Amino acid sequence: MNLTLQIFQFLLSGLTTGSTYALTAIGFSLIHNSTGIVNFAQGEFVMLGGMFMITFHSFLGLPMFPAFFLTVASVALVGLLLERFPLRRAKSKEILILVMITVGASIFIKGLVMILWGKNPMTLPPLSGEAPFIFLGAAIMPQSLWIFGITLTVVAALNHFFKGTFIGKAMRAVAASRRSAMLTGIPVDRMILLSFTLSGALGAVAGITLTPITTTSYDVGVMLGLKGFSAAILGGYGSMPGAVLGGLLLGALESLAAGLISSEYKDAIAFLILLLVLFFKPSGILGKGKLQRV
Amino acid sequence: MGKRNKTYLLIFALGIGLLPLVLTNSYHLMVLNIAALNIIVVIGLTLLLGYAGQISLGHASFFGMGAYLSAIFTTTYALPLWPTLILAMIVTGGIAYTIGIPTLKLEGHYLVMATLGFNVIIYIIMVQLDSVTGGPSGFAGIPRLAVGGWVFDSDVKVYYLLWLVSGGVLLLALNLVHSRAGRAMAALSHNEIAARCSGVDVEAFKIKIFVTSAVLASLAGSLYAHYLTFISPGSFSIFYSLQVVTMVLIGGLGSLWGAAFGALLLTVLPELLHAVKEYNVLVYGLILMAVLIFFPQGLSPGIAGLLARRKEGSLSAPRQGAP
Repeated sequence: MNLTLQIFQFLLSGLTTGSTYALTAIGFSLIHNSTGIVNFAQGEFVMLGGMFMITFHSFLGLPMFPAFFLTVASVALVGLLLERFPLRRAKSKEILILVMITVGASIFIKGLVMILWGKNPMTLPPLSGEAPFIFLGAAIMPQSLWIFGITLTVVAALNHFFKGTFIGKAMRAVAASRRSAMLTGIPVDRMILLSFTLSGALGAVAGITLTPITTTSYDVGVMLGLKGFSAAILGGYGSMPGAVLGGLLLGALESLAAGLISSEYKDAIAFLILLLVLFFKPSGILGKGKLQRV
Repeated sequence: MGKRNKTYLLIFALGIGLLPLVLTNSYHLMVLNIAALNIIVVIGLTLLLGYAGQISLGHASFFGMGAYLSAIFTTTYALPLWPTLILAMIVTGGIAYTIGIPTLKLEGHYLVMATLGFNVIIYIIMVQLDSVTGGPSGFAGIPRLAVGGWVFDSDVKVYYLLWLVSGGVLLLALNLVHSRAGRAMAALSHNEIAARCSGVDVEAFKIKIFVTSAVLASLAGSLYAHYLTFISPGSFSIFYSLQVVTMVLIGGLGSLWGAAFGALLLTVLPELLHAVKEYNVLVYGLILMAVLIFFPQGLSPGIAGLLARRKEGSLSAPRQGAP
């Protein structure tokens, strides 16, 4: 295999995982925009997506299609519960306290999954077929195409939701200014609840599509969450096109670095990118520089 | 330092000094020794969190750097023990300074992620660089702590040493927060802009506190390595970072005594609840969530507030916990 072809192959697999980072990053952005907090449990949503899918599809024997939707609904429910109980009940609404509550929630979910599903890594069969086909000399797994297709559909659907529907516009109003949104009669609490539910659903989709490629276990959430967060930062925190761009870019860079430099340091490289972006351009590629208000 | 703190410190010293007379089980002593080390880390973090208003989820990396630098310098390069401890603190402090300058400019939750990312990088290096660190199987054969020819070779001996050090660190920290610098830090955590307007060099203070807390973590890490004589990367993962932050939050933000209490409680508690072992992670998450939801000020001010309210029989506003 010559170098160009190798790079092409790395890029393809990088963009595949990058798509799931993008979905995770959008989840971060949704919650950030409605509440201003970083949801540490976002990675656990992705992990739960894999776990629920394994339960519904492999253990309970449901067909792929209903299992997929049942999983998305279940993780969305977890997102909803996270907002409805711990976060809304919190006595202090200070951002740092709320962020640390999501840290607590993420540890709790991890611990619960460890007890319920055990410690062994688990995997899912791919959505269709395992035989790769050759495209311009590089091997593509059918699962990669599923991931690209599903991510594209989700992004398009979200785009329509935010630009074309009443509720989507209300959510954008909340993101722009919570106070003004409340004054115009938008039920802000319900919009925040919806953003957590949607983030849960997005995490589930990422988890379901990623698991056949990477396998899953109770402790992968932190890493996946950090990757999604890095992607969001890289693209510009809070921006949806930024999240998609950041996810794809991070996936590609990580895969190239793993293939060409060292696979052991793959994750370290991803976080090095995160640190560099935070140091030199905290607003990300598509983010606007923010004025500090006094 | 106020009169109350002096009384507390005296009670604390007496209690700690007499405890080994009743507690002879070496396992119990080991748990308390680990608690003493955790207190050192947690005091640094309390200064950072409670007084500079900055959160770090990367302190396991500084703790680990202290441990690994100490282990490598004394074992691989046969450097003398105590200078090595200082050297490890200087190196860790230098690294903290370098990453602190850009990170501390970030807003609160960005800093959380930046420090977390840093912790993951250091952890991966510890695991992967096995020619230097011993890799996932760990680093063994680290020399014990010793002064002259006198070796701290039993848990009781180490107990007195570690608690002396952690008591000393507590004393220094108590003095620090009541000094001019401490008042500047308190102003900083209450309102950064107001502090800046009254002439506090906010950036410089944040960096100084961050480096101080990293150096304290490094000291604790070195002592840990020389006490157990064996270290492995598992002890320095982000779970430890989370544990120490939980200790600070449970003890009460901005209260040094509360933090020491939180560290002691959360080190001893899992050992007392042996049945909980399997549920360790779950229980940690639950405690962290519950405390933050119901007592955002931490347990010690929370409990003090409840008691005060009960005594007065009125619904007066809960008092701010004194440091």
